Order: sequence, then C-alpha cells, then structure tokens
Amino acid sequence: MTMIFGVPLAVFMGQLMLGLINGAFYALLSLGLAVIFGLLKIINFAHGAQYMLGAFAAMLALEYLGINYWVALLLVPLVVGGLGVVLERLILRRIAHLDHLYGLLLTYGLALILEGSLINIFGVSGSSYPTPEALQGGMNLGFMFLPIYRAWVLVAAMVVCVGTWFIIERTRLGAYLRAGTENPALMQAFGVNVPQLITLTYGFGVALAAFAGVLAAPLYPVSPTMGSSLLIVVFAVVVIGGMGSILGAIITGLAMGLIEGLTKVYYPEAANTVIFLVMILVLLMRPAGLFGKEA
Amino acid sequence: MATTQALTPAMQRQRNARMRRNLLYLVLLALALVAPLAIYPVFLMKVLCFALFACAFNLLLGYAGLLSFGHAAFLATGGYFTGIMLSSYPGLTPEAGILIGTLAAVVLGTFFGVLSIRRQGIYFAMVTLALAQMMFFFFIQAPFTGGEDGLHGVPRGELFGLISLSENLPMYYFVLAIFVIGFAIIQRTVHSPFGQVLKAIRENEPRAVSLGYNVDAYKLVAFVISAGLAGLAGSTKTVVFQLASLTDAHWHMSGEVILMTLLGGVGTLFGPVVGAGLVVSLQTQLAQSPLGNWVSVILGAIFVICVLSFRSGIVGEIGKLVRKNFK
Repeated sequence: MTMIFGVPLAVFMGQLMLGLINGAFYALLSLGLAVIFGLLKIINFAHGAQYMLGAFAAMLALEYLGINYWVALLLVPLVVGGLGVVLERLILRRIAHLDHLYGLLLTYGLALILEGSLINIFGVSGSSYPTPEALQGGMNLGFMFLPIYRAWVLVAAMVVCVGTWFIIERTRLGAYLRAGTENPALMQAFGVNVPQLITLTYGFGVALAAFAGVLAAPLYPVSPTMGSSLLIVVFAVVVIGGMGSILGAIITGLAMGLIEGLTKVYYPEAANTVIFLVMILVLLMRPAGLFGKEA
Repeated sequence: MATTQALTPAMQRQRNARMRRNLLYLVLLALALVAPLAIYPVFLMKVLCFALFACAFNLLLGYAGLLSFGHAAFLATGGYFTGIMLSSYPGLTPEAGILIGTLAAVVLGTFFGVLSIRRQGIYFAMVTLALAQMMFFFFIQAPFTGGEDGLHGVPRGELFGLISLSENLPMYYFVLAIFVIGFAIIQRTVHSPFGQVLKAIRENEPRAVSLGYNVDAYKLVAFVISAGLAGLAGSTKTVVFQLASLTDAHWHMSGEVILMTLLGGVGTLFGPVVGAGLVVSLQTQLAQSPLGNWVSVILGAIFVICVLSFRSGIVGEIGKLVRKNFK
C-alpha cells in the first residue's frame, strides 16, 4: 500500500476529500457573509441559523410535502432568501443608520430565537436526510473511494461560488453592487435604487446560506445547532481572508478546509483548533487578512 | 466660608454631583449589606458575580468602544484555574486561589488583547469570538478540566485561613467585598485621565492618534483590566458554587454578558449591575416555570427589542429622564 508520511494513501486522500468538502461549506458561507457585509456593512450573525434553516426546510419539505432534493435545492434558497428580504425590510433597515455593531447584536438575537425555537420543537439530536437516489454510491478511483454525493457537493458549491463571483465582477448588476459598496450616496444620486439593492443583496446572501444548508442536509445530521458552531469557524475564515475580495473568500474557505483535513490525519487533537491557530498567525503577520486591504 | 466663595459655579456643581454620587454609593452599599436578610444569599452571590463580569465587559464596550464577543473565555479561565488550584492544594486559602485565577485571566487577556486590537469594529468582535472558541475546545480536551463534566466539589475553604466560608452568610460578605473592590477599580479607571483618553478613542480614534496618544497601548491596558476583572468574577463564582463548567466557556455566555450590559445600559457604571440582576432573575424564574426551555428564545427577543428601541438601556434611559426633568 502506498504511504504518505506514514499514512495509507487512501486514508490520506479520504481525509483530504472531507477537508475539501468542509472547505466548500466555509467558502459558500463566508462568501455570503462577504456579500452582505459589502453593502450592509453588518456581520450577519444569523447566517449560521439561516444555513440550518435551509437544511431543516429541505427535510420538512421532503417529509410533509414530498418535495424531492432537486426541487428543494432550488426552492428552499428562494423561500429562506425571501424570509431574509422580509427581515431586511422590516427590521434591519431600521438600524441601518446606527453603529454597525448593532447589526451584529440584532442578528445574534435573531439567531438565538431561531435556534432556540427549533430546539424546542425538534430537539437537539439530529435527524438524517436521505441521499438522493441519483447521487448514491461511489466510484473507485484506484487510490481512493469517492462517494458520488461528496463529489456533487464539491462541484455544486464551486459552480455557485464561481457564479457569484461572475455576477459580482462581470455583470452590470454586480457593477452596481460594487459601486454601492464604495459609495452608496453617489449611487443614489445617479438614480440607482440603493435601498432595493440592499434588500436584494441581503436576500441573496441568505439564499446562499440556505443553499449550503440543503447541500449539507444529506451529509451531516440535521439539527438546530448545526449552524452556530460552523459559523464561528467561518468567522475565523473571514478574518483570515479578509472580506474585501470574493475570490479571496472562496480560496481561503477551501484552503482552510484542506488544512483542517490534513490536521485530522496527522494530529487529530488539534483539528478543532487549527483554523483558529492559522487566524492567530495571520493576525500577527498580516493583520488585514490575506486578501484584505490594509486599513 | 472663604473656600466656598472661591469656587466657581461650575466647580460647585461638580462638587455637588460628586457628593450626590458618593451618597448614592453609600445607600446602595448599605442596601447590599442588609440584602441577605430579605433575599436568598446564593442568588445574591450569583447576581454579584455576573454583575462584576458585566461591569468588566462594559469597561471595554462602554468606555473604549470595543465589542468583545469572547469574554466567556476569561470568566472560564478564572473559574477553572481557581477550581484546579483549590482542589489540588487543600492548604490554599480561597483568596489565594481567586488571585491565581485572576492572574491567569490577566495573562490570557494580554495574549488575546495583543492579537485582537490589531483589527477594529466588526473584525474585533469576530477575532475575540474565534479566540474564545479556541479556548472552549482547549477546556474540553485538556486533561485537568474534567472535560464535559467540569470540576465539582471545589472546597470553599477558610478565608485567610481564619474564617470558614462554608456558611452562605460569610461567603456573601466576602463576595460583596470582592465586588466592591472590582467596581471601585472600574469606577476609578473610568474617571481617571486614562478613562478620559479611552472615551476619546471611542469617539474618534484617528483624532486620538493625531493628538499623540498611543491608542493601541490604551486599548490593550483596557482589555487586560477588563479580562482580569472578568476572571476575578469567574474565580469568585467557582468558590461560591464549588464548580467550574464548560457553560462558562461557551459563546452563549459571551452573548449573555453583552445582553446584561445592553439591557442595563452600555457606558453607564450601574447599568451592567442592573442588567445582570435582571437577566439572572429572569433565568432563575423561567427555570422553575413551564417556559424553562424557552430561555434562549426569550433572551434573543430581549436582544432584538433592546437593539431596536431601547439602546440606552434601563440606567441610560433613567439618566436621560433625570437630565430632562431636573436640570
């Protein structure tokens, strides 16, 4: 058997794959945070709860409405994103003129409400969502066994990430978005409906989180607390990458997943903390983040 | 007579204000001294520990404008170190154990502070949260913290080797003394020239820099004082309840202390005390009611209401009313 630094190749590649999958979720979630932060200047603490809501919505839709995975993948982000739009219109807009820390506190309160309510209704223990039939099974690549669903998650996440990058960097709507990030008052003066842009941006960011939630449903136990612990790691990823660059968020997310996977192979005790340690290193050497602008 | 004439009206007003404030302190202290006659001392001690924790947090948010989302780490570090020391060295007196716990929090605070003040605003909050989460994992895995179970049966011991703290009443007065010391440190810090510079940094950091202040050094000192006092609160709590657990290290705890401060009034001296009293009472009441499982939902709702329409907090709103009507 081929060995890599004393570890069987299959084990090594398997962990690397798991890390890459985690990284795809870090990338999707930090991307959503970055998009929201760009225009609203708030950190959406409810992002983890919205990701969890996506997974829950997919599960409930299957259980009670018989909506299958593929429809859920499209529908759930729209519904949860719609809730985000309502949230922005009714609540977040009212504190937009305040110190942006209030946005963090408000969304934290919302996350507590969402998580607490679902815990009371469904309990803390997770339930499982069946892998869609078309994506069951796996391929033997010779050096490792690759479950098809994992490959699909990786592909889907990357397509959405690159698609988001394309919208923001290469389309007219994206140009408005970037201009709004730089100077919303001037945009308004040019006749762009900035409040509407802000609402849509928040809805889009939330939809990204919900999409990630649906993708995650067949992989991880669907439980009310699945989002909050993930979100803190995503915060660290955001600090490492900086929120200035879309591509930066994607690359940092994937890289951190890989580093976590590698740590699991060689020093499992530190797997939980390695991303925080990387964050400390980055803060010491490049405080603005790897892709951040020096403030 | 001659001295009174020499005072300008402004100085006179200031002196009156200070006298009124001292009178208020005396009245509150007297109330605190007789409180155990009417209220269960263990509950009072819990309130005092959390009040000190919230006051320490408020020093950072209210006076330096830094929102730390990781203060649970200091509370837990103080608690665990005190618990470990008192459990493993039976000869150690409780005040020595508390001192060691506090010092541990100061060391950790220095480390966290150096890292987190490199970023501002929202990033500062995220960095502190991530660092605290790292400590949470450390406390789960470390061999000496009892993992998920935490530390139990920490002896209360004898204060200075003389006064047994096993009864709740002497324990209460010891906790009250610690709270008064901690509160006095914060009060002195806020009203010192150092505190004035902190407020200047909070209001306009570039201006403070241009005036020649070493802003980072001021922030770091504020961070370390705040962390140390949060550790003091955690250490004291461990002695009172004879246990140290992961609950104290969880990020929900960091959120709770924000809520206490926000509810009572950010940037007011007594706000965090009022907020801590309310949140702890609420939790105690709810725990015994059918709504017990909804505590975090209710706390979340209070968060949302506070941010939307009650940003000055209870003490802040009262202060506004007083200023408006009794000017």
